[in-house]
Amino acid sequence: MTKEIIISGFGGQGIVSSGIILAHAGLIEDKHVTFFPSYGAEMRGGTANCSVVISSEPVASPIVASPDVVIIMNEPSLARFELAVKPGGLLLYNQALIKSKPKRKDITVIPIKANVLAEELGQGRIANMVMLGVFAKKTGLLSLSTLKNAQRKRYKKANDEQLVLNDKALEKGYSLFGNSK
Amino acid sequence: MAEKKLMYGNHAIVEGVIAAGCRFFAGYPITPQNEIPESMSVRMIEEGGVFVQTESEIAAINMLFGAAAAGKRAMTSSSSPGISLMQEGISYIAGADIPVLVVNIVRGGPGLGNIAPAQSDYYQATRGGGHGDYFTITLAPNSAQDLYEFPKLAFELAEKYRNPALILADGLLGQMMEAVEFSFEPIDPKSLPEKEWALCGCKGRERRVVRSYDLKQGRLEELNLRRAEKYAKIRSDEQRFKDEYCDDADLVVVAYGTSSRIASAAVRMAREKNLKVGLLRPITLWPFPTDVLADMSKRIENFLVVEMSCGQMIDDVKLATECRSNIQFHGRPGGGVPIPPEILKKIEAVLGGAR
Repeated sequence: MTKEIIISGFGGQGIVSSGIILAHAGLIEDKHVTFFPSYGAEMRGGTANCSVVISSEPVASPIVASPDVVIIMNEPSLARFELAVKPGGLLLYNQALIKSKPKRKDITVIPIKANVLAEELGQGRIANMVMLGVFAKKTGLLSLSTLKNAQRKRYKKANDEQLVLNDKALEKGYSLFGNSK
Repeated sequence: MAEKKLMYGNHAIVEGVIAAGCRFFAGYPITPQNEIPESMSVRMIEEGGVFVQTESEIAAINMLFGAAAAGKRAMTSSSSPGISLMQEGISYIAGADIPVLVVNIVRGGPGLGNIAPAQSDYYQATRGGGHGDYFTITLAPNSAQDLYEFPKLAFELAEKYRNPALILADGLLGQMMEAVEFSFEPIDPKSLPEKEWALCGCKGRERRVVRSYDLKQGRLEELNLRRAEKYAKIRSDEQRFKDEYCDDADLVVVAYGTSSRIASAAVRMAREKNLKVGLLRPITLWPFPTDVLADMSKRIENFLVVEMSCGQMIDDVKLATECRSNIQFHGRPGGGVPIPPEILKKIEAVLGGAR
């Protein structure tokens, strides 16, 4: 089993953090992982993306050309990565910020109003956690409890209140499609 | 088995250097290796070591010369343009037969180039780099685990042969996160034996001299010939490589560092298509693993060299195989990174052409 994932959006949406959380989560579940971000000229509001590979085998290439799953957080990222998804793959997109509709018919496309749902929980910036919850449910690759554990490895300095809120956002995403646990 | 920790490649180097008993770092910032000095500035102080952010790369390499001449394990890191600036110092260090570690997280060049991953400093790393008759031992990691383990190996080789050692990585390896296992017992710097040539105060013993020049008639020739014997010994004893699926191969891909990771994925794809393809990954770039290639060239018809450059290591493959085989090239220069399908396509083209 090897899953190649690309997460893309703008700087400040927690793109890099989401990738690192997935990598931590993979490692917690004893899988082989790589995480590679676009780097260098990144800034808040600029474009950001990262590649994550989670595999039962040692990972050969950390470079992802045709991902199994993409998590798309803003409009320009949809244009950039929709065509790259492997046939039969999965595209999750943030419908709260993306007006266009994906055109591919050979992949599973799931719209999520991530920012709206996050605002309802009290904090727009945890939209990425909602998306990760959906990712866990739809791929079955990682458990919800692993993701909760993994976000704590990423946000070591966060206070409990924030971590609990992050958990709620993960649960929210996880429960959008079918039973919650 | 020790617990695995998710780490950036650049941070894995820092932990590897400290575990190797090195307590001296001097360097000047440059992307894509800034996480090394950033992390060093914390870790060296925690470990009671020395961290200096110098005014330039030239200052950094000369501070390294001083620290290493005093017999201590000392290292610097930079990226391509910064490493170019250090070449004078590296040549002096080689001329003084002093062991140091220099890490190059290669980026696109020439000139200021860009900050993307590249492998275009191969010639510089494997041909000495600066002026004069010398070589630097050059290791090519391809994972965060290697980045943790190679500083120790580099210091051991550097000290064994009294010669500078280089770790040649690239922006991708530095910026990528992977699991790292702290696979060896950290070395206490105090446990390292004193070097019989080190300048550490001559009270009660003969004065020692460390220098890279000797103006006496014929003396430099003598020194360089002695150094040539050392290089010959390193060439015969220290070649390192890894191979995958080479036994029955019709084609062997030769790639190091990041390219070897991507090539490994392409080789697996080729095997799934029942193409007999293998991978040879040089771990030491100098000394180049000449012997295994010479041996392979007697039975393997095709080699495909993959580099993130316009082709530099290919020269060493041709020399090692004495051009007995069909040697093809696939390269992505200027910060371009190949993807597995494009290497597979080239493999198929070479094998198709050979039939």
